[in-house]
Amino acid sequence: MTAAGRTMRTATDGGARASAPAVEVSGLRFRYPDGHEALAGLDLRVERGQRVALLGPNGAGKTTLALHLNGISVADAGTVRIGHLVVAEPHLAEVRRRVGLVFQDADDQLFMPTVAEDVAFGPANLGLRGAELDARVDEALAAVGADGLRSRTPHHLSGGERRRAALATVLAMRPDVLVLDEPTSGLDPAGRRELVDVLGGLPITQVVITPDLPFALELCPRSVIIDGGRVVADAATPDLLADDDVLRRHRLELPFGFDPRAVARQD
Amino acid sequence: MGAGHSHPLYVHAHSPTHRLAPEVKVTATVAFVSAVAVTPREAIWAFAVHAACVATAAAVSHIGPGFVLRRLLVVGPFIAFALLIPFVGSGDRIDVLGVAVSREGLWGAWNVIAKAALGATASILLAATTEVPRILTGMTRLRVPAVLTAIASFMVRYLEIIAGELGRMRTAMAARGYAPRWLWQARPVAISAGALFIRSYERGERVHAAMLARGYTGTMPEIGVPRASGLQWWTAGLLPVVAWTAAVTALVAPA
Amino acid sequence: MHAPDGFLNAGTAVTTGVLSVSAVGASLRHMRTSLADRQVPLAGLAAAFIFAAQMFNFPVAAGTTGHLLGGALAAVLLGPATGAVVVTVVVVVQALAFADGGLTALGYNVLNMAIVTAFGGYGMLVLLRRVLPDNATGVVAATGIAAGLSVPLSAAAFAVEWLFGATVPVPFDTVFGAMVGVHLLIGIGEGLISAIAVGAVLAVRPDLVYGARDLDRAQIAMRPRVGMRPFVIGAALVALLFAAVVSQFAAPDPDGLERVAEDQGFIETAEDHALATAPFADYATEGLRNKSVSLAVAGVTGVIITLVVGLGIVVAVRDRAAGRRPDADRAPRSAGTS
Repeated sequence: MTAAGRTMRTATDGGARASAPAVEVSGLRFRYPDGHEALAGLDLRVERGQRVALLGPNGAGKTTLALHLNGISVADAGTVRIGHLVVAEPHLAEVRRRVGLVFQDADDQLFMPTVAEDVAFGPANLGLRGAELDARVDEALAAVGADGLRSRTPHHLSGGERRRAALATVLAMRPDVLVLDEPTSGLDPAGRRELVDVLGGLPITQVVITPDLPFALELCPRSVIIDGGRVVADAATPDLLADDDVLRRHRLELPFGFDPRAVARQD
Repeated sequence: MGAGHSHPLYVHAHSPTHRLAPEVKVTATVAFVSAVAVTPREAIWAFAVHAACVATAAAVSHIGPGFVLRRLLVVGPFIAFALLIPFVGSGDRIDVLGVAVSREGLWGAWNVIAKAALGATASILLAATTEVPRILTGMTRLRVPAVLTAIASFMVRYLEIIAGELGRMRTAMAARGYAPRWLWQARPVAISAGALFIRSYERGERVHAAMLARGYTGTMPEIGVPRASGLQWWTAGLLPVVAWTAAVTALVAPA
Repeated sequence: MHAPDGFLNAGTAVTTGVLSVSAVGASLRHMRTSLADRQVPLAGLAAAFIFAAQMFNFPVAAGTTGHLLGGALAAVLLGPATGAVVVTVVVVVQALAFADGGLTALGYNVLNMAIVTAFGGYGMLVLLRRVLPDNATGVVAATGIAAGLSVPLSAAAFAVEWLFGATVPVPFDTVFGAMVGVHLLIGIGEGLISAIAVGAVLAVRPDLVYGARDLDRAQIAMRPRVGMRPFVIGAALVALLFAAVVSQFAAPDPDGLERVAEDQGFIETAEDHALATAPFADYATEGLRNKSVSLAVAGVTGVIITLVVGLGIVVAVRDRAAGRRPDADRAPRSAGTS
C-alpha cells in the first residue's frame, strides 16, 4: 500500500510570492512558566517542498518549537513566518490552515466518535459543508490509504492506523507545511514502512521531529540538530549522520550496525 | 454506586430498532417511561399493558430476555429495599401467608418494583440498540445544548483510555505487592487518583491544542447527520402512545 | 444512589428536574466565561476522569470495597460550576448508556449526586478554609471534611425529597435516619480518598486545584504526614457518634428525642391539623406521634442544604465577577519530551 500516484492537492501562494520560504524562524525565545528556557534564540529556514528532520536529545525544545509554528504557543521574543504571514493575530486562523501539526500522541488528535468525523473537523472549521466537505474527507483519507477506516472508532484502531488517521485529519486542511512530532513512535516495522511511503509521496514541505535516525535518512535530505533551545548543526542528512563527533556531542546515536555511508552508496 | 459501568450495553445487530434514528428512540423511551412512572399502582392491568409494550420492543429489537434480566441486576438494591417495605412500612396490617405485613407497604413495594423494572428494561433496550455516540447525536438533535453533548462525547471517547491508564497503575502497584484490605491502607490508591487527574487534565490540554491546530474557535462545527423521517417517528411512537393511553385511562378511571 | 424510575412521585421528579436544569444551565454559562474555548476538551477529559474514578474501588474493611461519588472532589479541583457540569454529564450518560438510574429520575439523581455534592461540597470547603490554615495542609484537610460531609448531605437531600415525593409508606424520619446515618460512614472513605488525591495534585500541579488557587508557592509546602490508621479510626468514631444520633430518627419510638422536645415546650402532643394540608407525601410524616419534630428536622435539614449549596453558588458567581484568569492561549505544559 503506497501513496504513490495519489497527489494531495495543496493550496499555493500567489505566483509573485513563490520565493518566500515555507517556514522562517528568527531569534525565537520561549520560557515555560516554571522557569525552564525551552527556546534560546532559535533560527531556522525551510524552503518550499523541502523535507527537514529535526534531531536532538530529549528536552531540546523540538516539540516546543513545533507548537510555535502554528501559534499555539506564543514566543517571548523573535518571530515565526509561514510563507509571508507572521504567526500572530490576526492571521492565526490562516496560519493554522497552512501548518498541519501532527502530534506525538495520535489519540490526542482523534477526539471525535469516528475517523470520518475527525477528518471532517478541520475543514468544517474552515467553513466547508455538505458534498464539498465529504469530498475533502475522501481526499484526505485516500492520501494516507485509510479509506477503510472511515466509520471506525479511534480506540479500535491499531497504532499505525491511528497515526495515519491523525495524519489525514491534518491533510484535510490542505496545509502548505506538515510538522510531524515523532511520527514513528509506537509503530511496528510495517506501520513505519506505511508511514514512510505515505509521507514520501506527499509533495508538501515537511518538518519531521524524530529520534529515529534511519527514518530521517530515508525521508529527509536535510537534517537540523537542536540542543539547548537552539540550532547547533544543519547539513545534508548523510553528512550529519556520518559525523560521529556531532552525534555524540548531542547525545545522538546510530542504531547498532547501521552505516549511513553504506546507505548513501546504494543510492 | 459507580460499579459495573465498564461495558456499554450496545449489542451489534440489524434489527429495525437499531436502524431507527437516535433522537426518535430517546424520545420514545422517555415518553414510555414517563407513562409508566405516572401509572397508579392499583391499575395492575395497565402495568400488564406496559410489560407487553416492552416485550414487543425487545422482540422487534432481537434482544433476548436473558440479556435484559442480567442487566436488570442494576436495580437489584432497590428491589431488595422494596421487598423490605411491607415489613417495616406503617399503616394497617394484613395477613399474608401467616405474616402480618403492611397493606400500604405491599402496594408500595409493588409500585417500586414494577416501575423500576419496566423503566430499567426500557433503558436497557435503548442502550442495547443505540451506540453511545449516536445517543449523544440524538440528544443534540433534541436541542440539548451542544456544549453538553460535546463534553459527553469527549468523555465517552477518552473513557477507555483513562480507565486503561488507571488499570495500568493498579497493575503496577499490585506487581509491587500492594494488596490493601483496609481504608487506612488506601493512600497509594488515592494518590493514583490524583495522578490520574493530572494525566487526564494534561491530555485535555493537548486535545485542546490539537483542536486549535485544526481551526477550532470555541464552537463545535456542525457535521451533518441525517434527520429522522416522519415514518420513523410514527413507528417508534406507537408503543409510548399505547402506554400513555393505558396510564391516562388508569388515572382518570374511578378506582 | 442512582434511583430508578417511579421511586419518587411525578411532582418531585419535575420539580427537581427544573432545579437541576437551572443549576446546570447557570453552570454552563459560568464555564463559558471561565474556560472559553477550552471548556469542551477540559471538561470532557475531567468527566472521563470522574467516571473512571467512580469505577475504581478502594478498600474499606476486611477486603470489602467502596466507590467514590466524586462531586466534591470535582468541585475542589475544577470549581463548583465545572464540577457540577462534569458530574451531571457522568450521571446522565450513566442513565442513557448504561441504564443506571431511571430516565425519569434524572431530576433528583442529578440534583443529589451532582448539584448538591459539587456546590454543597465547595460551600463547605470555603467555610472550612476560613478556619483552617492557609496552606496545602489546610486545603487538604478542608477537602477531606467537605467531601466526607458531601455524602450525607446528598443523602439528606434525598430524604427531604422523600418528604414530598415518597411512594411507599416509610416515614421521613426513618429514611432520614437510615440514609444519613449510613452515609455518614460511607463519607469517611470519600473524604479520605478525596483529600489524599487533592494533596497529590497539589504536590505536582498546584495550578490545577481550583480550591487552592489563592495559595502562593510558599503556602504549598510539604505537609506533615498524618498516620493513616489512627486518622481513619478517629474519623470512624466521630462519624459513628453522629450516625448514632441521627439514626434515632429511624427508630419507631425515639422517646429520648421527643421527651427533650416536649420538655422544651416547643411541640404539642396533639396532631397539628394545619400540617395535614401541607404538600407532603401521604406517609412521609407518619411514624412519629408528632409530626412537628420530624418536620422540624426536615426544615432544618432543608435550610442547611440550601445554605451550604447556596454558599457554593454565591462563591462561584462572585469568583466569576471578580477576576478572570487571562485566557490567552497558554503553552501546554505537557507538550511531550522533545
